[in-house]
Amino acid sequence: MAIFTDFTNEHIAQNQGSKKNLHKRKFIEKFSFSFIWLAATFTIVILFFLVGYVISNGIKVIDLEFLTTRPAGGVSGKGGISTTVVTTIYLVFLTISIAAPLGIGAAVFMIEYAPEFLKTKGFATHLIQIIRTSVEILAGVPSIIFGLFGFAVFVSYMKLKFSLLSAGLSGACLILPVIIRTTEEAILTVPKSYREGSLALGATKWQTVFNVILPSAMPGIITGIILSVGRVIAETAVFWVTLGGSYRLPKNLLSSGRSMALHVYMLASETRAFDKALGTSAILIVIIIFLNLFINIASRQFSKKFSGK
Amino acid sequence: MITKNNTNGKTKIYVEDFNFFYGKFQALKNITIDIPANQITSIIGPSGCGKSTFIRSFNRMNELIPSTHTTGKIILDDKDIFAIDPVEIRKQVGMVFQRPNPFPKSIFENISFGPRAHGIRDRRILEEIVEKSLRQAVLWDEVKDSLNKSGLALSGGQQQRLCIARALAVEPEVILMDEPASALDPIATLKIEELIQQLKEKYTIVIVTHNMQQAARASDYTMFFNMAEDRAGYLVESGKTTDIFTNPKQDLTEQYISGRFG
Amino acid sequence: MAREIFERKIKQIQDEILILGSMVEQATLDSVTAFKNRDLKAARTIIEDDQNINDKRFAIENAILILLATQQPLAHDLRQLAAMLLVANELERMGDYAKGIASNTVRLGIKDIPVPFRDIEKMGELAVGMLHRSLSAFIHEDVNQAAAIPKEDDEVDALFNKCYRTIVNGMVANPATIDDASLLLWVVHNLERLADRVVNICERTVFIKSGEMLEMSGSFDELEDELGEES
Repeated sequence: MAIFTDFTNEHIAQNQGSKKNLHKRKFIEKFSFSFIWLAATFTIVILFFLVGYVISNGIKVIDLEFLTTRPAGGVSGKGGISTTVVTTIYLVFLTISIAAPLGIGAAVFMIEYAPEFLKTKGFATHLIQIIRTSVEILAGVPSIIFGLFGFAVFVSYMKLKFSLLSAGLSGACLILPVIIRTTEEAILTVPKSYREGSLALGATKWQTVFNVILPSAMPGIITGIILSVGRVIAETAVFWVTLGGSYRLPKNLLSSGRSMALHVYMLASETRAFDKALGTSAILIVIIIFLNLFINIASRQFSKKFSGK
Repeated sequence: MITKNNTNGKTKIYVEDFNFFYGKFQALKNITIDIPANQITSIIGPSGCGKSTFIRSFNRMNELIPSTHTTGKIILDDKDIFAIDPVEIRKQVGMVFQRPNPFPKSIFENISFGPRAHGIRDRRILEEIVEKSLRQAVLWDEVKDSLNKSGLALSGGQQQRLCIARALAVEPEVILMDEPASALDPIATLKIEELIQQLKEKYTIVIVTHNMQQAARASDYTMFFNMAEDRAGYLVESGKTTDIFTNPKQDLTEQYISGRFG
Repeated sequence: MAREIFERKIKQIQDEILILGSMVEQATLDSVTAFKNRDLKAARTIIEDDQNINDKRFAIENAILILLATQQPLAHDLRQLAAMLLVANELERMGDYAKGIASNTVRLGIKDIPVPFRDIEKMGELAVGMLHRSLSAFIHEDVNQAAAIPKEDDEVDALFNKCYRTIVNGMVANPATIDDASLLLWVVHNLERLADRVVNICERTVFIKSGEMLEMSGSFDELEDELGEES
């Protein structure tokens, strides 16, 4: 009997000890959880505040006239944003059509072809590593530097002047690292088994890349491209020094123009039409929100097709 | 050993003194064998003894790995496979992998992929090829009304038969199978084994398997590989499956087959 | 160690075969003794006890079938199990021969006819000795021992011929005893067939080891195949 009482006493003591421990652990959990909750709430609050302020103030100036007349020059800030919208669209198309083929091609080369192209294994991996690191670094370079680069090379040296072409080329340099990186990642997610399956059927490497790997990687690639579109729409520094500021509709590639983001800057800094600046910003924000929604839906759709359900 | 003399038929693939190296490491040592035509030859042996490396040499898939090289000859019919473009070889020597790997495309596109890569564009011809291949793979009845369904929406066993149909579509002469049923349930496995039996009429089949009973059930000839002390794979014994499994000549074979290895 | 369970089960079956073998040896010796002593009671016991031999044979057969189904034996293991199946069958048939001798003892009853007892007893002893050693060779896969036994079958066959002559002469001399004398013929025939089956066991021993079926029968045995079996 004595043995049993000793046992149960110890047991109870241990039990109480583990109860204390449990309390402590639960407390820590609640505390951490509250902290995380606060952080998340804070983030959302900032977002809503920002967006809310801009949209609620900007919406006052938005009407059909605003959207369909072009900006008037000078300090008055009168007029609308029609030409800026068009210029922005041109710019997006231009940068994507330059950067996408180059970026996708570079990524495909790095992953699929470089190893054998450069014969000895050691040399090839080093080269690829150098390219990859460069891409990483470029992705982090401040956009104004791309702008200055574009100014020096395209605007001055190549005498393209302030134009869609200069801006498009500079913008393409800006988004190239992003496209290369996302394409690379997308291609790496394609299972090796697809590659093997295709080659085992007697397809050439190019046929495999073009017909199997790229289509499978397309969701990721498209996501990268859409992200770049967002970047181009939001970009000011690069275009500030390559596009010029003309409020007119660009007639050809060598015409100057003004993107929406640029217009916001110019309205805010050179005119008193702060409300119009907010209005343009509101439209920009709405476009970006929709763009993000679109990315989400599109990539979900793509991955559904990918897994075949 | 299986040689030209005791297969009482044609030899489809003749391997002579074949050695395989991954960089400095020798994975296969002095392999010499005749693979008989229109028969099922299975390859058994413990893990890591080079069985997969061996059959992947037949369609030169090992060349996708950098720094590999080989010595010795592999002759398909009377052609040295190393003297011909690998892309051309792979048309004659098809492969089915361990895990079913249909492309994320429709069933039709999966099967027509091979023929299209080789230049066939006519829709009607492609449709014929797709039907013929699916019939051969005993999958036609199950999918004939849903050829546009994604290949990934099929069950595991069906996916593997789809991969077999895909390989058949380019009309190879040899089909290599690397543990084709190991990822499948028992019923799907039996279906695949029966399918292989039907296929041997028109094709030469070489199958790597870890499953002794499968090798015993489903093959005509068997090769037993083992790993030597220097970790190179070598051929211990080969012969008719019925002989190998009832009365093998080498002790090592006997031990491996009876599960008394190591 | 690989396949311990499997090896253990095979050993169990081997033990059972040895037990069955000794049951058959005992039944054979007892039946010859009962025959010699005209012990009808003992003979009837032997006839009943044959059921035990049959039961044991079926138990062994079952155990082997289960191993075949569950362990998927190959090569040597497969030959060993197949051989054990056949040996169990041979032993059961030998038990039937002993039972046959006992049956004839009962049929003959106490009739007084000339019987070459000593030869018959000798045949029994020889046959049982062969059986015992053949089973030992079988279990131990001793091919040399197994190869030596078939020669002794010649001795049994010689004795059989001698008895056959004696009994037939007796029939010719005294036609009234033909019915009873034929029963005698069956007795010596059973012993001779028993020895033949022992040779089968020796053949199976060689088969397990080498995978080849070698015929080991002596020259006399082709004649015996003409005569049928008696239960």
